[in-house]
Amino acid sequence: MRRRKKLDVFAGAAALFVAMACGKVTASAGEVNAQDFTTVDGGRYLSILSDCASCHTIPQKNQPFAGGRPIETPFGNIVAPNITPDMDTGIGSWTDDQFDNAVRKGIGRNGERLYPAMPYNAYTKLAREDVVAIRAYLNTVTAVYNPVVASTLPFPFNIRTAMWVWDILYFKQGEYAFDSHQSAEWNRGAFLVDGPAHCGACHTPKTFLGGDKTSLYLQGAQLQGWSAPNITNDLRTGLGGWSVDDIAAYLKTGHNRITGATGPMAEAVDLSTSKMTDDDVKAIATYLKSLPGQGTAPAPVSSTAPEMRAGGAIYRDQCSACHGLGGKGVDRLFPAVANSSLARADDPTSVIRIVLRGARSVSTAKEPTAAGMPSYGWQLNDFQVAAVLTYIRNSWGNASPAVSPDEVTRLRNSLAKRTD
Amino acid sequence: MDFEQLWSPVMARILPKKDVVIIGLGWTGAVMAQELTDEGLDVIAIERGPWRDAPTDFPPSQMQDELRYRVRHELFLRPDQLTFTFRNKVDQQALPIRNWGAFMPPNGVGGGGVHWNAEMWRFLPSDFVLKTHLTQRYGADFLPSDMTIQDWGITYDELEPHYDRFEYLCGTSGTAGNLRGKIMEGGNPFEGPRSRDYPTKAQPQPFSHTLFGKAARELGYKPFPQPSGNLSTAYTNPLGLRMGPCTYCGFCEWFGCSNYSKASPQTTILPVLVRKSNFTARDNSEVVKINTDRSGKHATGVTFVDSSGEAWEQPADLVILSAFSLFNAQLMLHSGIGQPYDPATGEGRIGRNFTHQTTSSVNGFFDHTKFNFNPFIGSGSIGMCIDEFNGDNFDHGPHGFVGGGYVGQVQTGARPIESALTPPGTPKWGTGWKNAVRDNYLSTVKPGTGVHGSFYAYRDIYLDLDPLYKDRFSRPLMRMTIDIKENEAKQNRFLTDKFAEIIKAMGAASLAKTYRTAPYDSTTYQTTHLNGGVIMGADPKTSAVNRYLQSWDVSNLFVLGASAFPQNAGYNPTLTVGALAYWAADAIRNQYLTKPGPLVDA
Repeated sequence: MRRRKKLDVFAGAAALFVAMACGKVTASAGEVNAQDFTTVDGGRYLSILSDCASCHTIPQKNQPFAGGRPIETPFGNIVAPNITPDMDTGIGSWTDDQFDNAVRKGIGRNGERLYPAMPYNAYTKLAREDVVAIRAYLNTVTAVYNPVVASTLPFPFNIRTAMWVWDILYFKQGEYAFDSHQSAEWNRGAFLVDGPAHCGACHTPKTFLGGDKTSLYLQGAQLQGWSAPNITNDLRTGLGGWSVDDIAAYLKTGHNRITGATGPMAEAVDLSTSKMTDDDVKAIATYLKSLPGQGTAPAPVSSTAPEMRAGGAIYRDQCSACHGLGGKGVDRLFPAVANSSLARADDPTSVIRIVLRGARSVSTAKEPTAAGMPSYGWQLNDFQVAAVLTYIRNSWGNASPAVSPDEVTRLRNSLAKRTD
Repeated sequence: MDFEQLWSPVMARILPKKDVVIIGLGWTGAVMAQELTDEGLDVIAIERGPWRDAPTDFPPSQMQDELRYRVRHELFLRPDQLTFTFRNKVDQQALPIRNWGAFMPPNGVGGGGVHWNAEMWRFLPSDFVLKTHLTQRYGADFLPSDMTIQDWGITYDELEPHYDRFEYLCGTSGTAGNLRGKIMEGGNPFEGPRSRDYPTKAQPQPFSHTLFGKAARELGYKPFPQPSGNLSTAYTNPLGLRMGPCTYCGFCEWFGCSNYSKASPQTTILPVLVRKSNFTARDNSEVVKINTDRSGKHATGVTFVDSSGEAWEQPADLVILSAFSLFNAQLMLHSGIGQPYDPATGEGRIGRNFTHQTTSSVNGFFDHTKFNFNPFIGSGSIGMCIDEFNGDNFDHGPHGFVGGGYVGQVQTGARPIESALTPPGTPKWGTGWKNAVRDNYLSTVKPGTGVHGSFYAYRDIYLDLDPLYKDRFSRPLMRMTIDIKENEAKQNRFLTDKFAEIIKAMGAASLAKTYRTAPYDSTTYQTTHLNGGVIMGADPKTSAVNRYLQSWDVSNLFVLGASAFPQNAGYNPTLTVGALAYWAADAIRNQYLTKPGPLVDA
């Protein structure tokens, strides 16, 4: 009987050797030793913090960083390029300066402006040596020949020079500045959130041109048919009810006593946050907990309103088996809807979507169960979906705006066109 | 496609070799895949049916559909894909089963672990040495001359750690009756000693079950809650998988559970297994043959056919046959591994000691103005049981039979189509019938298989290949020859009467008592506890696999499941099936892999 051998180790070493050989020819003269283990491994970890794999790898295709994944934006899809060290179609022949310009300044190899789907407005917080370390790591992965046509946006967004205007409006270049009034942990968290982890890309609302509405920093936004929740310390709609450990557990395992990651965050947990160090997820949590909440408190919908009574009956019949009559759920299995900030969010897009389409929570090494929420879109009509969500959002001490059947109808129609 | 061509090198395309190929991804296949991937082996599981995922394939939003799942058998094998022929006696012409009745062959990932009720019974210590034990106590002449019961080749004590593992995998809810030799109040005092308590406390019992317990206690019995794989509370199993408390929805047997409350491969193993890079599964692919080399003593892999009708050969160093018991026997016969059993001579290994379960029930009709049982409140293995009449827990001398079973109020719900019961004497239709249904729905005790008796082995109850009927690959169908023998009929009459006394003592106004009698009826549901055909034992003349479930004929083939039972005890089989899978996995990991070859000298 042959025992399983770690052949992939040898294959990896071979790829490393080839990649290094390529790197020697093309890398710009040696400010960083791109063969140094500490540099390469540091770059590997930075690539996890930056979640490069999410956009630059087609899921399940087993060609890491080979690009080709369409990234959905409000302006159309942008296809992520190949960042393997392939000489022709990847970044094998780029200089470190060209790579650094792309990552931290949004300027392509030939001087063209990148689309901000590449979050260079966040990566600009990185230091140059961080970026060169990422480059050193990427040089070690298997080179894949995969030509990618990146420019797929319609007019007028296909005019890349227009991005120059966008950069003036929304792009503030500059490395992270240490705040000496705050702890080192807080600073690490702020750097991670605003820099490599680029949390604001999903969680900060965008202007009509796709720039950050900085006054609503991390207060929740819409993307890809989901609403990313408020991740400030707001008690009702944010992380105010979560402890630092709750946030750290969520990032590290995808689950905590309140909820589980699903939708785009499930992928972020899978590829990035679950692979961060315990210190780093704690630093992120510490920083997020320091962001003041907004403190808005709408009046609850009356418990005798017709939609509340209908919603309560639907909740009892359809939801309580898993989420419990008291809305408390089961620890790390079924989310507690009674104290879910996502359920209370001003923008109900995600919760409507979860009821209509169902959702799968993320599977991680520490929490492999990956429980799923079934779809109720075939069974509940738009009034019923609105009623049960209004009930959840206004029971057990919760108070959030009623969900209207029209909102459900709109989302149902738009979801019908989505494949994800 | 012509079956003869399936394994010709020209027809079947050959896939890259794996360390292990597992045939059937149900309970035992999943346990073995988990164990052998932990060992670092590269494992592929090939499953005849579809992939089944709990929240998408049987969500709570649609599962409570008795017509779809119970009446129309959604989760089960379609007989036009594969069926068996059936007869009672060797001189009869067997006919194909065209609609499942007496049992429900599972299909798809999770196998019977999806649709089961999750009763978690251990067999008695004496069950494993049955022949020796009964012969010593009653003498060989006490046993019917055609009874072919055997010892298992292992003991309860050897299996105990593996019972424990499967119980903890499943989060089993129960009350210990024998903790390391100490008899515990409230548990089953007849059970073998267990090394530790159940992982979770017993499920709370609904009214009729509680009343049964009270009546049984007053009659001098020691009732206890049926051990259950539907959990009383949230639980995290040793693989890190989380389960939730059962909600008593009343749709358990015949149905899947996506409340994560019922132990199944889906809830207890698969989410961990599918994360492993050294595990692969192919669904909708039916293994049609285990291939051997020219010596016939070494398996080289399997041949399977995918949904496009393409045949593939999957080579492997180790073959695990872990399909449902009947399909294990069938694949052994089709693969020509092991001499087929011949009832005329009593010789041969494959197909012998085929058994089922001897079940019956007593429905109790109570005064509806005084009793409201809310019978729709149910959980798959909810129940209060007594074990006084199981195995050899009582003196059989005066009764003239051997064997026994537990009896209990194990009502798992009152789904509308099957639960429109009326007392004896009610008109079959019209106003009288309607009134009786209305009056009795809430006040009827319907224990399902409330009498759960053993089924011992006989010389002329067996499996072989049918000489006439063929399957879709032109292979002979497997033929079942099975009947209810006098010993089992006597046993059942005795148990059913004892059971009826307790239902009566609960306060029933009238009883509907149904005994299990000959001939064996293939059309009405009994249980899906079909056993034997590839039985384990210490003697290669009378068993197909050794005590480690390793084929006597082909040492790199292990055959898991209830097909290994030499005869059936008076309990549901799954916990013993799971324990044997862990026992075999332990033998493979700690003995076979270091020194491949027969683990027991033939």
